[in-house]
Amino acid sequence: MLQLLRVELFKIFCRPRTYIAFAVITVIIILIQVALKYGGREYVNLLMSSSLGETFEVPISQILNGYYICFLIFNLLLIHVPILVALVAGDMIAGEANMGTLRLLASKPIGRTQLLMVKFIATCVYTFLLLIWVVILALFVSVIMFGTDSLVVARELEFNIIAANDVLWRFAAAFCFAAVGLICVAALAFMFSTFADNSIGPIVATVCVIIVLTILTQLQIPFYDDTIKPFLFTTHMLGWKGFFYVEGQNGETIKGSIDNISAIWKSVAVLFGYIGLFLFISIKHFKKKNILS
Amino acid sequence: MKRASWILFLLLFSRCAYTQSAEGLLQQVRQKLELVNDYEAKGKLRTNLLFIKAPIVSVQIFYKKPNKFKIINENGFSFIPKSMANLNLNKFFSSVGDYELLDGGIEVGTNLRVIKLLPIDENSEWVLSVLFINEKNKLVYKIRNTTRESGTYELQLTYGNFIEFGLPDKIAFSFNTKAYKLPKGMTLDYDIGNDKVKNSGVPKKGNVEILFSTYKINKGIADAVFEN
Repeated sequence: MLQLLRVELFKIFCRPRTYIAFAVITVIIILIQVALKYGGREYVNLLMSSSLGETFEVPISQILNGYYICFLIFNLLLIHVPILVALVAGDMIAGEANMGTLRLLASKPIGRTQLLMVKFIATCVYTFLLLIWVVILALFVSVIMFGTDSLVVARELEFNIIAANDVLWRFAAAFCFAAVGLICVAALAFMFSTFADNSIGPIVATVCVIIVLTILTQLQIPFYDDTIKPFLFTTHMLGWKGFFYVEGQNGETIKGSIDNISAIWKSVAVLFGYIGLFLFISIKHFKKKNILS
Repeated sequence: MKRASWILFLLLFSRCAYTQSAEGLLQQVRQKLELVNDYEAKGKLRTNLLFIKAPIVSVQIFYKKPNKFKIINENGFSFIPKSMANLNLNKFFSSVGDYELLDGGIEVGTNLRVIKLLPIDENSEWVLSVLFINEKNKLVYKIRNTTRESGTYELQLTYGNFIEFGLPDKIAFSFNTKAYKLPKGMTLDYDIGNDKVKNSGVPKKGNVEILFSTYKINKGIADAVFEN
């Protein structure tokens, strides 16, 4: 099994397509960092001054620190990284079928479920490495470029200011949560991949599903808020932010606290539920699939 | 008729004497504050607002005659109300300009002398300042300011170790705030289910406290400290 996993990882990292995601992420993050280095004050001013500027002195230069930049990049990227994950996950089975190697692979003395699981684990490893790359660029490079200070999290109805020494563990937790969210997307693309004979279909299908569901998640329509939204995995993928929502007492943040931790656990459960469901459908279908290519 | 004239004269004289006394009291308060040419203080700042959750931060506060004043965050930061720039009494008196003085008598319960300041300049940002002064130690314990732009805010001062210089150990600053809301499309909030409850209680009053730990008084401060 480990040998098979090595082979699958070798195949993933031999494809040029794999590196598209890493290159795209590098370019986007560097563009954001450079933009904020030279125009960050205007950006923060726009965000803060419209709401607080009349009454408060807004310490813009202190707000614009490495942690804030990283949070901002996470906010922007974790909507788009799923599309990059789909590039590889959607290719895992359909790509083999397209190249005519799936039949050969299925004829090996290994169960189809095992084969599928190995390919899924390889996809997870890729997703994890992609996320680590995001963290290296978004967190560590931003900290080097902008330094550290307290983190300001702007929410719809309140501002949370988190002390610098209470931030790093939140990023670590958010990273783990984001990994679960991205694996959920990978599982979806993987499921589509078992149904198709070329990789374009699963990739496009996954991207379309994510776009539609993300729009539904962001729409402020009460009908969807109460009926569909709580069940969408895209709603729960935002759960990483929950680690940056702190509890307060008389206006003071409680160090190490999380505002409504049960909501995060619920989101984790929902995401694992979806991962299980997508894998179950994939295995169920793949086991009965008549492999002709 | 003669008796009535005498009563009127006495009333006018006593009123005049009372006003003179209020002016004198204010003069004595200002004389006490004049002992301080500059100071550098360290303290802890605590923000209490419904829509801001912030840790307690360490601040450094600098003052230099006549009206230079600055608050610097030492570690971390918080949102400091703009009107808090007038929390220093020396700066307050130097920037209030010319004013008419009204004696408000004695506040029941606290026995503090109430003195109201009305700016003469019609275009002044200040509309009304009410000072609550302890006549015994000649110290201001409360100021209620009404301004054109920032509404009404109140300073409450608690004295202790630096009472001889008229410098407080604690300042509590309360002010009016507007309700705060950012578009959800901008923040891309994760819905944890309790935001709607918070929204029902629109914040009206904010409170910021500074607890001073040390003062360095009249040691000299460079002007560069007050530059941005």
